[in-house]
Amino acid sequence: MKFTINGRSYEAEADIRTSVLDLLREHVGLTGSKKGCDHGQCGACTVLINGRRVNSCLTLAVMHQDDEITTIEGLGTPDDLHPLQAAFVAHDGYQCGYCTPGQICSAVGMLDEAKKGWPSHVSADLEHSDLSDAEISERMSGNICRCAAYPNIVDAIREVAGRAPAGRDVAGADA
Amino acid sequence: MKTFTYEKATSAEAAVADTAATTRFIAGGTNLLDLMKLQVETPEKLVDISRLPLAEIEDMDDGGLRIGALVPNSDLAADSRVIERYEVLSRALLAGASGQLRNKATTGGNLLQRTRCYYFYDTSTPCNKRERGTGCSAIGGFNRILAVLGTSDQCIATHPSDMAVAMRALDATIVTLKHDGDKRRLSIHDFYRLPGDTPDIETVLEPGELITHVELPAPPQGARQLYSKVRDRASYAFALVSVAGVVAVEDGKIASAALAFGGLGPMPWRDAAVEAALVGKVPSDDGFAAAADALLKGAQGFGSNDFKIPLARRTLIACLRDLTGE
Ligand SMILES: Cc1cc2nc3c(=O)[nH]c(=O)nc-3n(C[C@H](O)[C@H](O)[C@H](O)COP(=O)(O)OP(=O)(O)OC[C@H]3O[C@@H](n4cnc5c(N)ncnc54)[C@H](O)[C@@H]3O)c2cc1C
Ligand code: SF4
Ligand code: FES
Ligand code: FES
Repeated sequence: MKFTINGRSYEAEADIRTSVLDLLREHVGLTGSKKGCDHGQCGACTVLINGRRVNSCLTLAVMHQDDEITTIEGLGTPDDLHPLQAAFVAHDGYQCGYCTPGQICSAVGMLDEAKKGWPSHVSADLEHSDLSDAEISERMSGNICRCAAYPNIVDAIREVAGRAPAGRDVAGADA
Repeated sequence: MKTFTYEKATSAEAAVADTAATTRFIAGGTNLLDLMKLQVETPEKLVDISRLPLAEIEDMDDGGLRIGALVPNSDLAADSRVIERYEVLSRALLAGASGQLRNKATTGGNLLQRTRCYYFYDTSTPCNKRERGTGCSAIGGFNRILAVLGTSDQCIATHPSDMAVAMRALDATIVTLKHDGDKRRLSIHDFYRLPGDTPDIETVLEPGELITHVELPAPPQGARQLYSKVRDRASYAFALVSVAGVVAVEDGKIASAALAFGGLGPMPWRDAAVEAALVGKVPSDDGFAAAADALLKGAQGFGSNDFKIPLARRTLIACLRDLTGE
């Protein structure tokens, strides 16, 4: 099977049952994406496929040979962090760090969804949703953090979204 | 996971070629792969339909909407026509699963997702839905999330979808392609089956039959729409009780009402008696209570899910207040 991961081509001899997550971790050595539950319940395995965030544990590698897969390794490097990676460091958006690659990939996808105007469950007006803290939490609810670093995760994402923290309202920017 | 052969369908016609009971379509895979990992599902062949050209949402001449079976849940929820005309559907989709899952989950797959009954997932316990005739572990076991309406002595599972509940309130039609090339148009009201003695058979689909589209008729004029979901946590949890409501009030009276319920039955639930109790009446708490009585007349709890009966009553009444209030 042939894949495009983080802009590079890979070939792998993998069993037909291999998930995208197992492909990444076991076959191409990209262990940034984590396995938490293997059943779509935790978000630790979140990657971007053609720019959309998905649970890599619940999809088959064989179904994604013609797609662009982006993992945490493809977002930034230690010397050149992605803005969300930098913000997670700056805001202590983790404790053990196990959920973090999934959180960051999910946040990249989520910010793109919000930019496209996609609403969420907590949007009062489905046509005009902002990225209030409640919106960030709801939109990130598919990523569980066992260390409960949630407040700092929201802080990091809010910063990258370009919003002022709640309580430090800038020109009516916060609800 | 048991191994399988894999085939990528090149057309809808090619996809329906195989009618073997051990063949499954795979779309988003978010339910099927979950079940395959646990060997609840053990297909010998997967037909990958995910790249078929069935991912469009189109306007129909009569003001309705035609939704391809492969439209992802997230795209459907965010579609401007859905938001404008079918807010209940957008709301139901956004109340389901997570952002990541909705990006993968498809319209067809969502309709056909299986129950979340704990025993159905646990292959070490008897379950008539998983294996006919083995018994039901949920009756007399843990059944907090299971059904109080439409159950049988063989199975008390609920259908877990939020989207399908909204579609039932919206009178959706499910369009399919059969093995012999015939197309069928099935009302969502006739699509699902009660468990009876065969809880393993959940819909009227035939082997190899592919859902190609879901059609929504034009929404009723002037109706207010709402989806209310009660669950164990604020997000990312299945419904204990949910209500999809499409209600119009004219001249102070309820002119039309469509109410469908999740979390209560083996299928997205709708009961004409509920609506009959409302239509033509001036909105009032007494009238709403009569509608709840009609809904729950035959309701039966199984111990740990008894709470759903008063919860359904209160949720319905609260929704009706919102749908008819100032
Ligand atoms: C952790 C978690 C939480 C969830 N929470 C919710 C929730 O709160 N609310 C909710 O509604 N759902 C929830 N879901 C379920 C989710 O919505 C479903 O898994 C999803 O909608 C299934 O769609 P799919 O395309 O991935 O289906 P698949 O897994 O690909 O397929 C499911 C079934 O449908 C069949 N099928 C698929 N497409 C077709 C077609 N076009 N024609 C005929 N047969 C077809 C397949 O053969 C298979 O049997 C949750 C799932 C997970 C894992
Ligand atoms: S309720 Fe249905 S799905 Fe659950 S154990 Fe009983 S037969 Fe199986
Ligand atoms: S490992 Fe994929 S969601 Fe938990
Ligand atoms: S930082 Fe430990 S699980 Fe999130």
